[in-house]
Amino acid sequence: MQRRTFVKKATLSSMAGLIGAEVVFGNLMPKGYRPLALQDPDPFKMFDKDPEMVVLNSKPWNMEARAHLLDDKVTPNKFMFIRNNGIIPEKIDVQNWTLTIDGESVNKAKTYSLGELKSKFKHHTYQLTLECGGNGRSEFDPPAKGNQWTIGAVSCANWTGIRLRDILEDVGIKNDAVYVGYHGADIHLSRDPNKEPISRGAPMQKALQDETLLAFKMNGKDIPLAHGYPLRLVAGGWPASVSGKWINRISIRNIEHDGEKMGGSSYRIPCKPVAPGEKVKDEDMCVIESMPVKSLITYPRSGATFSKSKSLNIRGHAWAGELEVSKMEYSIDFGSTWSPCTLEKPANRLAWQHFSAQIRFPEVGYYEVWARATDSQGKAQPMLLPGWNPKGYLNNACHRIAVKVT
Amino acid sequence: MEDKKFWKSSRQIYRTLIVICAVLVIISILAIYFVNGEESNVQDTNIEYSALPDNDDPNRIVDGIHVRTGLVEAEGLMAVVNNCTNCHSAELVIQNRMNKERWISTIRWMQKTQNLWDLGDNEEIIVDYLVTNYPPVEKGRREALTDIDWYQLKD
Repeated sequence: MQRRTFVKKATLSSMAGLIGAEVVFGNLMPKGYRPLALQDPDPFKMFDKDPEMVVLNSKPWNMEARAHLLDDKVTPNKFMFIRNNGIIPEKIDVQNWTLTIDGESVNKAKTYSLGELKSKFKHHTYQLTLECGGNGRSEFDPPAKGNQWTIGAVSCANWTGIRLRDILEDVGIKNDAVYVGYHGADIHLSRDPNKEPISRGAPMQKALQDETLLAFKMNGKDIPLAHGYPLRLVAGGWPASVSGKWINRISIRNIEHDGEKMGGSSYRIPCKPVAPGEKVKDEDMCVIESMPVKSLITYPRSGATFSKSKSLNIRGHAWAGELEVSKMEYSIDFGSTWSPCTLEKPANRLAWQHFSAQIRFPEVGYYEVWARATDSQGKAQPMLLPGWNPKGYLNNACHRIAVKVT
Repeated sequence: MEDKKFWKSSRQIYRTLIVICAVLVIISILAIYFVNGEESNVQDTNIEYSALPDNDDPNRIVDGIHVRTGLVEAEGLMAVVNNCTNCHSAELVIQNRMNKERWISTIRWMQKTQNLWDLGDNEEIIVDYLVTNYPPVEKGRREALTDIDWYQLKD
């Protein structure tokens, strides 16, 4: 009773006193919400996520969707996966937020305020597929190290911002530029101020694409804090770690960027195929660029039971990194035969495409509906796990759902 | 003369202090009374506030699980809790399955890049705990669908 009274009366600062540390998301805490140390963490309220989302890790925050949650054509925030490498910035001063463009390959480093970025350059909106490089990691054998993503670390939201290319033209870059590397305001897990949790980037060719944005809006609103507020680099079709969050500096490099998580086994796969479990030297690893072709059945949710007299309508999305998906098929006999799905064109380049099909089942019983996408270069999703790699990236094996016909 | 005057004024200050303290005590009692009264009026109308669990032991074990971290109770548990859950959550430990060699190389990577300290004698205790309680599971090239939540599809 006394304790309840005490908690109720407690303000943010006295909560901080209780916990013995500052309440990091104090400003985001819904009224009546008790922070982590005082109750079970409720990241769903904190990040405005659907309670059906799955938390993989609470420090750093990592959360994924489930297939049926991704049914929307444009992913809303509540179903968007969170992948963080460090601690979300604790103080964001939007009024004084700046972006500095520097590096060996700029003529002269230049700094812009957020206001300048928004007013000086033309705004563009694209729907962009962002998939974590490690999406599907949980299926690899031997198991790969890291967050054990299943299928839900993918999203396709509308991003609004300015083209990175426009800023780089304004700054002036040298001919020897080969790579852009980003730096963000997130905090290293050890809280060592000299360490960055992640600092990746992309080759100039990707940086200069029309669709590569420095975004300040997601789905028409300010980017949610967990997704990079107030400024995020968005490079659709590539591992989502290229799309750096809370960006305050971009370095134009004359070498492949060597920031945190650019080397070792991070976001890199063996340059030549290896046997499962094989040790691979750092120098034999290559940086992942475009993500592979993949698809997801988002309706119905796995486990549907229905009468044989009815046909089953399925739908979902397919994407292929830098490429377009040219063919979409389904199978109800474990890949013996494949039937075509209706496949829509993408809203723009690098956006996922929607597919649908109407399926009739010959007999009552247990079935699995498998979906297979093929990209514009003829590469299709494998039914088995693709090539093993030490960190378990790029699992684009076919998605399937279980159904029962009665 | 001077002494007497000083003594007199001191006693005056002393008396004043007693009065102030007495008033404060009365105000405090009244405040507690009214605050609790208000509390009892609104009590239980806001379900977002529930009493904190009575057992405050941070290392409470329930059904063989260390409640705070979700780690299995076994030899070496506290070495893992104390060394492996400072920077990242225990969830990251629990969801990863590695053999001894790969755990050690993961520890070396954390020491090299993530400011993990030298674990000393605890290293062997920690690695033994991990490989014993969280061993790798063979999954083959594609697992069967399991834990299917069957439901009637409405159309």
